[in-house]
Amino acid sequence: MNKKIILVGAALTISVAANVAQAADFELSGYVGAEWREHFEKGQFDNGDVKQADRQFGLTVEPEMVWSLGDGEHTLVFKPYARIDSEDDERSHGDIRELSWMTYGDDWEITAGLSKVYWGVAESQHLVDIINQTDFVEAPDGEDKLGQPMIKLTFIRDWGTVDSFILPGFRERTFPGEEGRFRTALPMDTDNAQYQAGEEDAHVDYAVRWSHTLEDYDLGLSWFNGTSRDPLFTPSAFVQVGPAPTDLAPTKLAPFYAQINQLGFDLQATIDSWLWKFEAIYRTYDDSVKNDFDQMGQSLEDYSATTGGIEYTFYGPFETVWDWGVLAEHQYDSRENGAIALGQNDAFLGSRIAFNDTASSEILMGISQDLDSSGTQSFILELATRVNEGVKLNVDIFLPMSDDDENVSYQFKRDDYIQLSLNYYY
Amino acid sequence: MNAFKKLTATLATSVALVAGMSAHAEFSLAGLSADEQGLAIAKERKARDIGWGDSASAVTMTLRNAQGEESIREMRMKSFEVSDDGDKGLTIFDKPKDVKGTAFLNFSHVEKSDDQWLYLPALKRVKRISSRNKSGPFMGSEFAYEDLSSFEIEKYTFKFLAEEQINGVDCYKVEQIPTDKNSGYTRQVAWLDKEHFRGQKVDFYDRKKSLLKTLTFTDYKLYLDKYWRPMQMDMINHQTKKSTELNTATLAFKTGLKESDFSKATLKRAR
Repeated sequence: MNKKIILVGAALTISVAANVAQAADFELSGYVGAEWREHFEKGQFDNGDVKQADRQFGLTVEPEMVWSLGDGEHTLVFKPYARIDSEDDERSHGDIRELSWMTYGDDWEITAGLSKVYWGVAESQHLVDIINQTDFVEAPDGEDKLGQPMIKLTFIRDWGTVDSFILPGFRERTFPGEEGRFRTALPMDTDNAQYQAGEEDAHVDYAVRWSHTLEDYDLGLSWFNGTSRDPLFTPSAFVQVGPAPTDLAPTKLAPFYAQINQLGFDLQATIDSWLWKFEAIYRTYDDSVKNDFDQMGQSLEDYSATTGGIEYTFYGPFETVWDWGVLAEHQYDSRENGAIALGQNDAFLGSRIAFNDTASSEILMGISQDLDSSGTQSFILELATRVNEGVKLNVDIFLPMSDDDENVSYQFKRDDYIQLSLNYYY
Repeated sequence: MNAFKKLTATLATSVALVAGMSAHAEFSLAGLSADEQGLAIAKERKARDIGWGDSASAVTMTLRNAQGEESIREMRMKSFEVSDDGDKGLTIFDKPKDVKGTAFLNFSHVEKSDDQWLYLPALKRVKRISSRNKSGPFMGSEFAYEDLSSFEIEKYTFKFLAEEQINGVDCYKVEQIPTDKNSGYTRQVAWLDKEHFRGQKVDFYDRKKSLLKTLTFTDYKLYLDKYWRPMQMDMINHQTKKSTELNTATLAFKTGLKESDFSKATLKRAR
């Protein structure tokens, strides 16, 4: 985490905010939450010293402060986030999700500070979405993101919208601790993250995206140059296991953040009750890094990946007022190495029901199947409903399964859980 | 989040559904068939609602179930009149608090289906959504999306039924049969006052042709000396005994909104 940039940004924003506070419309909102996660099976990596959590309690808080000036011409947003976890110290963490200033004109917009950006259309995997780092300790689905330092300039034209980004500073992915769940066999050495770039987490990344709507089609084309948000992994923290100087064995795994170029494309066609979705990326690494990884016995190659599928919605089926959606997506990844690629050749089938009741109840269920490994699949269920004015109840079930120790999912095979969370919104 | 779909064109324009204006042109139904009379009334009503430009409003919905338990929805709506097509609308939700900041953008079209996008603030994600769902409840209320969409001649076939009084006001009673096969109604019966062509009451009949809901309009106010808007709309569901009261807290026209304020690119900054 690039503390200097964040601190400077914070100081600037707060001083500006203080100066304009009287003139500004101020609004505070947000939520506090309580969470209970129960695991069905003992941890896969339990041993004499380490016991992975069976039951986790969590408290979360995410206030959002918004100052709006000059009739909305300038907006300052401050949105910190914190979680306390009863078992996993790495999961107890804080982040500044947003600390940014935004202004705009008729056909342009500028955002500066820590912020979040979402790209893409698919549901089962978010390939194209690359600006923000994943806050992986939050949930294994990767939907939670860390605040990213950025200067974002947007131009809105008849032929599309262009977002250009300068990204000064990099956020490392968060990983569960030794006693947490969704950890790797060798614990993650997050204190010794490695970088290809000499500037490490101060490397400045760039990105640009064009997006446009043509009748029933929404499409986007993007390019990213800089530090990959997805780490590679290298063995670290070696210990002597034999008499010879070369008898060394790693006790940990260190994340390695390579430089990449990535092209992205996303397309959605919205036709009657059908949504057709497609995302594709092409990612390249520098030869020097490929050679280094080859020498370590890990193959690293340029690759492409796609996610494509459909969502069809039945409106008011069976004489109800429900919206009942059916989803099917396929994930492809050109890499041969199953140990690093999730979604190489996987199918996702799901169903989403919006009950359209006063409580805004919704349920999403789905199953992912690895088509190259019949014993590797996962089941998800997400239920949300409002139990009282301002109080939302969520029930999440995630059941990863794998009998293939070459598969990246294998290390999570006993991390099945059910989670209840209550969030109070104010 | 599907529940936000298809709140087309905002209330301001939706109310145009039945609101008329006080242009005192000669209006006569003489010598026309019942179908022609119905169409003439609809055209007059539409003609009296042209030229309002743009509007911004704050709206509260009170949902009541059969036991009288209440649930509150609050939203702000912005509308932009498009002269040669359907209007553009932007709705920003304030309550319930868990959906605060969710924004809904609608480009309604006369000849083809509407274009709709939803902004989900927690993910910062803008989603294009299907506009196919017309009959579903809006925000869990008794208003369906189609009840809140702007009034367009092409959406119905009309038939003049009678002249009747509603609450002491002389009205035209007109049958409206939706042309869209996705409508949740087989027919509607609307009462429009003869002086201003404003909606006073609408009965909605479901797909089984039984009376489903009744909508009444009260507390009309005049804007820009020309456009009447009801400050209160009450929808009662006769079959479930649930009801929704929709109150307009503030409403202003010609607020300086531009067409560029209604775009997928600017949806993310809607607050």
